[in-house]
Amino acid sequence: MNTIKESSKASLTVNRTIAYIVCILLALLSILPFWVMFVNATRSTPEIQAGISLLPSSHLMTNLDVLLSKSFDPIRGFINSFIVSGSTTILAVYFSSLTAYAIVAYNWKMRQPFFTFIMAVMLIPTQASAIGFYQFMYQLEWTNSFLPLILPAIASPAIVFFMRQYLLGTLSMEMVEASRIDGAGEFFTFNRIVLPIMLPAMAVQAIFTFVGSWNNLFMPLILLTQKENYTLPIMVSLLRGDIYRTEFGSIYLGLSLTILPLIVVYFLLSRYIISGVALGGIKE
Amino acid sequence: MRRKGRKGVSYAKYGYLFSLPFIIAFLIFSLYPTLYTAFIGFTNMKGLIHGPVEILDNPFKNFIDLLTDNPTFRKSLVNTGLIWILNFVPQILLALLLAAWFTNQRLKIRGQGTFKVLLYMPNIITAGTIAVLFNALFSYPMGPVNSFLEMMGWIDEPVFFLQDSSTAQGLVAFIQFWMWYGNTMIVLIAGIAGINPALFESAQIDGANGFQIFMRITLPSLRTIMLFVLITSMIGGLQMFDIPQLFLLGGPDNATLTTSVFIYRQAFSGSYLYNSAAAASMIMFVIAAVLAAILFYVMRDRDAARLRKAQKQMLKSARAGQTMERGM
Repeated sequence: MNTIKESSKASLTVNRTIAYIVCILLALLSILPFWVMFVNATRSTPEIQAGISLLPSSHLMTNLDVLLSKSFDPIRGFINSFIVSGSTTILAVYFSSLTAYAIVAYNWKMRQPFFTFIMAVMLIPTQASAIGFYQFMYQLEWTNSFLPLILPAIASPAIVFFMRQYLLGTLSMEMVEASRIDGAGEFFTFNRIVLPIMLPAMAVQAIFTFVGSWNNLFMPLILLTQKENYTLPIMVSLLRGDIYRTEFGSIYLGLSLTILPLIVVYFLLSRYIISGVALGGIKE
Repeated sequence: MRRKGRKGVSYAKYGYLFSLPFIIAFLIFSLYPTLYTAFIGFTNMKGLIHGPVEILDNPFKNFIDLLTDNPTFRKSLVNTGLIWILNFVPQILLALLLAAWFTNQRLKIRGQGTFKVLLYMPNIITAGTIAVLFNALFSYPMGPVNSFLEMMGWIDEPVFFLQDSSTAQGLVAFIQFWMWYGNTMIVLIAGIAGINPALFESAQIDGANGFQIFMRITLPSLRTIMLFVLITSMIGGLQMFDIPQLFLLGGPDNATLTTSVFIYRQAFSGSYLYNSAAAASMIMFVIAAVLAAILFYVMRDRDAARLRKAQKQMLKSARAGQTMERGM
């Protein structure tokens, strides 16, 4: 009996050790590419070609000068990305909450078919409509405008679905009734009584919508052709071109600048992001 | 008095009213462009400045040409499938293993929060940036990966990773795997947390070991979630664009040309073959729709559907009873 216990204890220790080693290796695999990127952003091209280093060097400012002297404009890209992602997030989260409230709080004839329909269109790939979307926007002369990147967010089926699940669990119709008795209109009730209840779910969805829009490459690449409208992901594609061919330090610096805000935000909000992933199984 | 009057108010119209912005935006920005794309697929629309758009004599010509006469399109379908499989199989296996470790009560892995944050991190970073970063890391003759391998003495001279088709496909698959296994792991951990703990307890009392519990209880209980992960990953994989486009621009020798990159190239770089790109989009749409239909069929809420059916029947019989009463 004792030996069984001891051997199982020993095997537990072995298993635990293996688990820790694998987890630590994977964590290093997550960190290392970005570490090398940040370090190389401070090194000169000869230094980078001489070999890898995990310690920063002193050529940050030279790299920055080279980077900015060509077509790469991270501030412009940051502002553009921020306008697009910020507006997208506000529209997507607000109107999805409103739509979810319409589905949960009111008893209308088409409510079940409408919800089934939302589920059905949730997984339609963007590429399926991209050509028609582009032609349509071209005819409206909306290419090089941010509107076609922002307005479609009003219809975000996946967020409606999530918001509906959340409302089903938290909304009490008594509160809505009470507000009605006080003479409040339906729209006012939604904005002042229901929205505050939905805030936690809205925050989670806001993070994912913002990041998704921030990282989006396909649609902006199709629609935006003028440099001053480029969002960060398109700007990144400039780093791959010929103009920076041998300026490795500048390429790494450019890459670092595009994701630095994301990494900072991620570590601030990681707790909510992880629990959000667990909640929704959100996949893009 | 007034209150009584209000009670009779029907609020149903607000249901329609509040859904209206969604419906309008959907019709304009989603449904119309999809139908328009389908239409373009049947026409002669090509060239940046194209003449009058007409439906072709044989409306399905673009589709037939793509499927029978376009080796690049077929290659893009094969590449997409191959890269997806190379990414998904290790992804789900590793995610399962990690989820099993993290939820194992006897193993009690510490620092789980930190591990989750770090393992999930690549998923949140701009895919475009990651693609260009890996391109730089694997560069030839002197890139960080080559330097590292030489330093360790594993290779004698630098390897031109990005010139070889299979290596390039493998690297794209690896990047996808690296970006997504953390996400899958967290979803699976949440799934395991949702399993009735009594199942684990009784298995433990019956003397099952960790491996048996995992194979006999955890895995079967995760069936629906794994299917969800599988199908959403397939639909996501079908749209794979950022990494293959910015890592190697579809090369070398079209080895990393995925269907989305193909569509993009047909329509927007040089050739402006909108009709052919639209037809390819529709083929992709059909594949995604079939996958989504499978997902909904398997994940449909059987109990809820049965309940609704029962309610309807009860309502019907109640109504029938009423009319009978009235008739009598």
